[in-house]
Amino acid sequence: MQEALAIEATGLEKSYGTLRVLDGVDLEVPRGSVLALLGPNGAGKTTAVRILTTLARADAGRARVAGFDVVADRRQVRRHISLTGQYAALDELQTGEENLRMMGRLAGLPGPAARRRAAELLARFDLTEAGLRPVKTWSGGMRRRLDLAAGLVGDPAVLFLDEPTTGLDLRSRQAVWQVVTGLAGSGVTVFLTTQYLEEADQLADRIAVLDGGRVVADGTPAELKEQVAGQRLDLELADAAAFDQVARRLDGRVVRSDPGRLTIGVATDGSAAQVRALLDEVDPARRAVDRFAVQRATLDDVFLALTGHPADRPDHEHEKEPAGV
Amino acid sequence: MSELTASATHAPRLRVPSRARSALGDSATMAGRCLRIARRNLDVALTSLALPVMLMLLFVYLFGGAIQTGTRYVTYVVPGVLLLCAGFGASMTAVSVTTDMTGGIIDRFRSMDVAGASVLAGHVAASVVRNLASTVLVFGVAFLIGFRPSAGPLDWLAAAGVLLLFILAISWLAAAVGLLARSPEAAGGFSFLVMFLPYPSSAFVPIDTMPTWIHGFAANQPVTPVIETLRGLLLGLPVGTSPVRAVAWCLGILVASVAVSGVLFRLRTA
Repeated sequence: MQEALAIEATGLEKSYGTLRVLDGVDLEVPRGSVLALLGPNGAGKTTAVRILTTLARADAGRARVAGFDVVADRRQVRRHISLTGQYAALDELQTGEENLRMMGRLAGLPGPAARRRAAELLARFDLTEAGLRPVKTWSGGMRRRLDLAAGLVGDPAVLFLDEPTTGLDLRSRQAVWQVVTGLAGSGVTVFLTTQYLEEADQLADRIAVLDGGRVVADGTPAELKEQVAGQRLDLELADAAAFDQVARRLDGRVVRSDPGRLTIGVATDGSAAQVRALLDEVDPARRAVDRFAVQRATLDDVFLALTGHPADRPDHEHEKEPAGV
Repeated sequence: MSELTASATHAPRLRVPSRARSALGDSATMAGRCLRIARRNLDVALTSLALPVMLMLLFVYLFGGAIQTGTRYVTYVVPGVLLLCAGFGASMTAVSVTTDMTGGIIDRFRSMDVAGASVLAGHVAASVVRNLASTVLVFGVAFLIGFRPSAGPLDWLAAAGVLLLFILAISWLAAAVGLLARSPEAAGGFSFLVMFLPYPSSAFVPIDTMPTWIHGFAANQPVTPVIETLRGLLLGLPVGTSPVRAVAWCLGILVASVAVSGVLFRLRTA
């Protein structure tokens, strides 16, 4: 049903100079659902968000958000969306309440209504107590919550969250997850980007995997997991020498490798016959493998299978894409 | 979920307020924001108020005795201090514009349909208000230490108009510089230019006491006609063509800065 889509993009392309950031991206997000755009640093996630939120213009392709064309009906799109970007969009020297009130005024609320809305959002995000202190005195997690709250002042139909939990500790991350889950239940459409598979798995109704400027996979978390072998055999190895030996024997079939903990994961269908055969193959002398466990495949395995490289890079730096022309 | 699919399939087409009306309201909101932030930025606020006063005391009491201008030096130097002060105040605008442009907040403003013009106009309006406050302070201190102008009400009005135009022009110029700079530190460099410009002019010493090679520049740079106009109006002296040249300079800088800002904003946010 065409009309039931909150976001619909076809063939989005964008280059910055000679760098091709988006290379024909198609996306469909039904109203009231949560889509996670999952990809490593530099995959083009932020660029996709900037195009859908009218901040950047695609070189080719079309996109409609909340039923309006992002180029022709830019102002209507802007009145129906909100964007919470990677970097906090808050004034450190204003209090939380003042930040929200300002956003309310800019969203077109009259003074008293903006004040009410600010108080309401502070209460909802458990920030009432801190609300009258300048934001510069707030913790990272509180700022992120305020940032999310600021995205809600105008009652957007479609909410864009660009890496909402990057750089947050576990507790703050869970607080953000709760907010997003709550929003999804209220009928708002949420488009979020993330480089954390766990996050996409937790929050999203559908996941689109972006790699090298293309959507390489798209489906529900369960569907994506089925695209690779359903199970993974984790081998815990006796020592470093054993680790090297097994790693060499499995070579291309390794889906997970952790030299620190001396564990290696390999895809399997989970049957006793195959597990036994695998164990015999990698460890004929029966000395290298200490323990093994069969796990359901995670999205990490999916990502590796789909893109040929792991999702989590050791460096968790922010996605950097050239700004400006 | 079922009531969602049953309801309207499109988001409602909201009434988009006219560009001009929302731009005006947004500019006011932005100006309020900038002023609130400036007030809380205590060290900057103090510097911007204390510096002009210190400079005036410095010129009047330390240098003034050695400078022969034909009038009491405090009377001679007030217009120069006012301009120095306006330049310094404006340079803070450059820094705050750059801070906005390099942080995440500009994306949020734009995604909320706040026009770039409103963001910049808010900064400029706040800059004008801040500068008027420091102008009042400079006049106050000047009166305390013996500044006795002989201007009539009309002269005062004209002087205020020229000063306001100068502040407006230099604030927009600062906004353009703020858009050009890639970091707040770089934008701070603008203060160097505007703090330096009044020195090779008639702001602090008569031009004919300077070496001849600099006369051409000093007599024709934009600060000099503004100074001469303010001084002439405040002291009831003949002003000649200074007001015309002052207004022409200010309008020229203003129009060019607004135009350049528009282009730069579009380039920076493309």
